[in-house]
Amino acid sequence: MSNFEPRIVAFCCEQSGVPAAEMAKSLKLEMPSDLEFVPVPCSGRIETLQLMKALESGADGVVVFACHEENCRYLQGNRRLKGRVGYAKRLIAGIGWEKERLDVFNLATNDGVKFAELLREKAEQLRPLGPSPGK
Amino acid sequence: MKAGSNLEKAFAQGHFAVTSELGPPKGNDVGVVQRKVDFLRGCVDAVNVTDNQTAIVRMSSIATSALVVQMGMEPVMQMVTRDRNRIAMQSDLFGATALGIRNIVCLTGDHHTFGNQVNSKNVHDLDSVQLINMVKTMRDEKMLLGGEEKIEGDINMFIGGAANPFGDPFEFRALRTAKKAAAGVDFIQTQCIYDMERFKEWMKMIRDLGVHEKVHIMAGITPLKSAGMARYMAKNVSGITIPQAIIDRMAKAAKGAEEGIKICVEQIQEVREIEGVHGVHIMAIEWEQMIGRIVEQAGLLPRPQLE
Amino acid sequence: MIKAEQKSIEKLLEYLAPYGKIMLAGCGACVTVCQAGGEKDVALLASALRMARQKTGQPLEILEVTPARQCEPEFALELADPIGKVEAVLSVSCGVGVQTLARHFPATMIFPGVNTKFLGETVAHGVWEERCQACGDCLLEKTAGICPIARCAKQLLNGPCGGSSQGKCEIKQETDCAWQLIYDRSKSLGRLHRLTEMIPAKRWGVQSRDSGPRRIVREDLKV
Repeated sequence: MSNFEPRIVAFCCEQSGVPAAEMAKSLKLEMPSDLEFVPVPCSGRIETLQLMKALESGADGVVVFACHEENCRYLQGNRRLKGRVGYAKRLIAGIGWEKERLDVFNLATNDGVKFAELLREKAEQLRPLGPSPGK
Repeated sequence: MKAGSNLEKAFAQGHFAVTSELGPPKGNDVGVVQRKVDFLRGCVDAVNVTDNQTAIVRMSSIATSALVVQMGMEPVMQMVTRDRNRIAMQSDLFGATALGIRNIVCLTGDHHTFGNQVNSKNVHDLDSVQLINMVKTMRDEKMLLGGEEKIEGDINMFIGGAANPFGDPFEFRALRTAKKAAAGVDFIQTQCIYDMERFKEWMKMIRDLGVHEKVHIMAGITPLKSAGMARYMAKNVSGITIPQAIIDRMAKAAKGAEEGIKICVEQIQEVREIEGVHGVHIMAIEWEQMIGRIVEQAGLLPRPQLE
Repeated sequence: MIKAEQKSIEKLLEYLAPYGKIMLAGCGACVTVCQAGGEKDVALLASALRMARQKTGQPLEILEVTPARQCEPEFALELADPIGKVEAVLSVSCGVGVQTLARHFPATMIFPGVNTKFLGETVAHGVWEERCQACGDCLLEKTAGICPIARCAKQLLNGPCGGSSQGKCEIKQETDCAWQLIYDRSKSLGRLHRLTEMIPAKRWGVQSRDSGPRRIVREDLKV
């Protein structure tokens, strides 16, 4: 279990998550080793099914980086996403999977430091849970 | 005379009628009924027997009313449409009149979700207006609903209904009472009054429609026991508004119950002066022992012995 | 349209516990609109069910199929071939679809995946409200287009009752009093006088729904 490195799939909104990720990389900030980035033009573009499929196909954790609530360039996209994450969280709880495996974070374009921090914290949270039941 | 009941005679002979309310026991303890009848004896012209009020299961109104008759007092049997279809209701009317019950108040009833059988099936085959009309048809045309069956015997009931001058839409309330009058109601008992101004406004609308000439209006009065009760009712019981002045009086009083009785008596005296009001319906829930005092202080004793 | 809500995932897993290969059948009509059983909802539910069974170590194979409607033989029979390959069917169509499948495929257990709730209107995105109870004897002309059978908790035809307060029903604060709505609309239509006429007792028997399961036959359409 101490060798277990959680595989995290991070959906990143191109208006916030992606620039923050780029900033984190350019600052050479430490981030978890097993990361997959999925850029999306708006967090509202993410379907609930995609969050579930990511978990079903073996991700140990799925996170979404979306813009702050009033800042969505496409107006309501991040609100729709919030509802979808909520629905997925209830489904996950209902089937007995750990609730930490899905999360959503709101940030701005220049939150590079926060971006890296949140990912490190998530990996910390997931390590003791072990590999996803989907593996 | 439509039914020849004591209540009907009281109105017919121009007396200011007095009725009260009796809640049956949550079981079959006849002693409860006896005790309440004994409190009310001589203080009222007739007593309403409630029908599974707030959808809480109690001894049936027809059984309790029959016991009241046996105990020498006149019942006003309440019948709600919530729990029975037209077959059961007409059947109960045959039975009630056979048991000597001569007054009925036709109500829709509190919704069953308020009570202790929330999973029951709602019946509501009829509403209160249709029930009033059905009883009238049984009495005056000796016909069952649907007009096909002639009834054996006389179904002589003095028909009552309820009115809420404080509900919404306010402009429609008097019209709805007029609808009940057209359907055949003989008397109306109102929801308990605290907002006297609003009641007077409603009575004016009733008079403008000429309803007071067709129907005997009885003002509903409930004595307050405490400021807490006043606040609770104002907040939780829909259809009841209590003016701040009354809540303040109750709060300032040294003995809440005494003040409550005082206010009650004042209210009775005030409604007696309103044209079209022919009686009071005093609802002292689980406080029946106070009725005698209230009626006495309001100058309504002795009750007339009617032939 | 018909509005339904998915049963809890725990309940569905309970139904499916004995099986290893099932069909999850959606419907392209009503349940798609109320987001309980359309193609997307089927995909999502299938994913969750598979994930649940991954955890318990008893994998569940799911054949996802969403015909245009489940309540018609033409579409139900589209499932005839794939149904032979599964042990059971979880249908997320309304109760009608479940029964249509059950009738056409007597050898396969068809489980209901949703609770069929009511006939309703989409009031806003994600909000559906009951409007009709298929009483079979429509009286909307008498009540200015608002149905007291579906929208009044006591089904009053001569309302409102004494519990109507500030336009709301005493039973549920968020529910509009149907009779307040009927009054308002009658007033704005200049038809208030209609409300002073007593609407007589409803004929719940043959004209309505209390004479057993109903049937409509159009002889002219039968070939």
